[in-house]
Amino acid sequence: MPQTQQPDALQGLRIAITGGTAGLGLALVRELHARGAEVAFVARTAGRVDATSAELRGAMGIVGDIASKHDIHKIALQILGTLGGLDVLINNASALGATPLRPLADTECEDFELVLATNVLGPFRLTKAVVGALAASARDGRGAVVLNISSDAAVNAYPQWGGYGASKAALAHLTRIWDAELAHEGVRFLALDPGDMDTSMHALAAPDADPSELKRPADAAREVIAAVLDLLPQRELTGVSVRRAS
Amino acid sequence: MIAASRAVQRPAHARLLHVDAYGRIAHAQRCELPRFVHADDVIVANDAATLPASLQALHLASNSVMELRLAGRDSLRDGATFQAVLFGAGDHRTRTEDRPLPSPVRVNDRLLIGSVQAVITAVLDHPRFVRVRFDADRASLWRMLARHGRPIQYAHVPEPLALWDVWTPIAATPVAYEAPSAAFALSWSMLAALRARGAGFVTVTHAAGISSTGDSVLDERLPFDEPYCIPAGTVTAIENARRAGKRVIAVGTTVVRALEAATQGDCCLTAGNGIASGRIGAGTNLRSVDAILSGTHEVGTSHYELLRAFVDDDVLRNLTRELDAHDYLTHEFGDSVLLELDSARQSRRLVRSTRALRSEFARAARKASAETGSVCG
Repeated sequence: MPQTQQPDALQGLRIAITGGTAGLGLALVRELHARGAEVAFVARTAGRVDATSAELRGAMGIVGDIASKHDIHKIALQILGTLGGLDVLINNASALGATPLRPLADTECEDFELVLATNVLGPFRLTKAVVGALAASARDGRGAVVLNISSDAAVNAYPQWGGYGASKAALAHLTRIWDAELAHEGVRFLALDPGDMDTSMHALAAPDADPSELKRPADAAREVIAAVLDLLPQRELTGVSVRRAS
Repeated sequence: MIAASRAVQRPAHARLLHVDAYGRIAHAQRCELPRFVHADDVIVANDAATLPASLQALHLASNSVMELRLAGRDSLRDGATFQAVLFGAGDHRTRTEDRPLPSPVRVNDRLLIGSVQAVITAVLDHPRFVRVRFDADRASLWRMLARHGRPIQYAHVPEPLALWDVWTPIAATPVAYEAPSAAFALSWSMLAALRARGAGFVTVTHAAGISSTGDSVLDERLPFDEPYCIPAGTVTAIENARRAGKRVIAVGTTVVRALEAATQGDCCLTAGNGIASGRIGAGTNLRSVDAILSGTHEVGTSHYELLRAFVDDDVLRNLTRELDAHDYLTHEFGDSVLLELDSARQSRRLVRSTRALRSEFARAARKASAETGSVCG
C-alpha cells in the first residue's frame, strides 16, 4: 500500500558537498539526493564523479581539487550555475597527510602544507567564493548554512595526528569566527565531528581499528543533515504530501 | 580621467566624488561612503556573479578560430541559447574596436568549444551578432564554461583577468556577462557599517550585459535587453524606505535599469522576473531611485547617458571637470561617484507620485462605491 508522508524539509534545498564520492561525503550525497535536495558534489577524480552522477540521476558532479587555488572559482561557478544559488555548503573534503601517520618531528613541511591547503585554505576559499550566494539565500528567507566537517583530533592532542589535528583545529576556529561575523547576515556556520566512521580514510589513519566498532557513514550523514536543518528556518513546503510506495 | 589598469577591486586609496541634490561637489575616500548614507536609507546592489563569457570557438565550416562572446539570454536561468558577438583574430590586447570580423557564419553552422558543440540558430542584424544554442545538458554546459570560458578582458587592463577578479564580494548567481562593477566598492565590513547606521541593504539580480561589441552600429544598441529578478524582500525594503521618506540608493546602473523596468506607473514596484529593455537617459523620469553609486564614466557611454536622468548636463560637466582635475581613475576598477537625484527632479517626482496615488485612491473609491451599490441594489 502506498503511504502518505509529509514532504521532507530537504526538498528543493540547494546543497553543495566537497569530497562527495567517498566515505561520509558520498553517504551525504546519497541521503540528500534520496530526500529531494538539489545536490552538487565535488571530487578530484573524473571517473568517480561520473560514477556517482550515473548512480544518482540529477545530482550535479563537479571535478575539481579543493586544495588548488585555481580550481575554486571554477567549482563555485558550477555549483551556483547548476543549482541557481546555494543554501548549504558542506566542506567535507579532507586530507590526512602522509600515511602511516607520524610524529610532527617526522612530518615533511610540504605534506603539512598540503593538509592545510585541503582542510583549511580550501574551505576558506570556497566559502568566500559562495558567501554572496549564501547571503542572498538568507535575505530571501531560505536561510544559509556552512557546515565544516571536523574531528575529535581538533581538540585532543593525539600523537601522530599533529598535521591533521592542527588543520581541523584551525578549521573549527575559522568556523566560529565566520559565524560571529556573518550570523547577522543570516549565514550560520557550524563545525561538526561526525565520529570515527568506517571509511577508507579511517582505515588509512588507523589500519588496526575494528570496522564493526566504527560508525556507518550513512548514520553519520543523517546526523549531519539533522544539524544542518536545525540551523535553517522552518520552511513552508508545497503542502502536497509526498507519496512513496512502502 | 585615467584608466584603472590594475584589477584591484578595493584599492586602499579609492576615492569617492559626491554630488548632492543641489549639485554641490565633495571629494572623499570611498571607504567613507557610510557617512553619506542616512538611517533608513536602503542600498540596492546587483548580486549577479560574472560569467566567463569569452570562449575560443572553432568554426567547423571554415576551420577557423574565433572568439564567441556571450552577450545575453532570454531568462536568468534556463536554456542553453544565448545571444553572442563574434570576433576574429586577436585578443584583449587589441582594442575591441580594432578587432577584425570573424569568418562569415551562417545559420546551422557549428562551433566547437572544448568537447561541446554549439549551433548558430540565427544571424541577427549584423555579421558579428548571432544566436547560438549549446548542445549540452546543464552540468555539461557549466563544466564547459568553467573549463574553457574566461572573463571578458579589457585592453586597458594588461594582466589577464581571472574569475575572482570580476566577482564582486556579494556575487551570487552567475548571470552577468560583464561585472556589475559598481559593487566592487562594497565589502562585508562596509555593509556592517551601513547597517550600523540604520541603513538597509538589499539586492536585485540583473544580467549585466557587455559594454562594447567592437562595432559602432551595434554599440549604439547597448545596453541589450537584460533579464532581472527582484526578490520580494527587496520590494518590501524599498517600500518601507519610501514610506519613511528615505532614499533608495542604487549601486550601479544595472540596478537603476532593473528597478525602473519593474516600476509600474509612478509608484508601484513589482517583485519577480522581468526584462529590462528601455534605455535610460536625459528624458527619463526616474521613479524608483534617489541616488546612484557608480563608477566614473566618460561622456558618450551608455553609463554616462544614464546619469543624465539624475542631473542636468551642466552638473555632469562640472562632475567630469572635477574628476579630470583630480586625476580620478575610470573604468571597471576605478574610483566611484555618488550622485543624488537633483532637487528639481525630486520635486517633480513628488508631484507625479502624489497625483498617481490620488487617482489610485479615486479609482479604488469608485470601485468600492460601485460594489456597495450592487450589493444594495
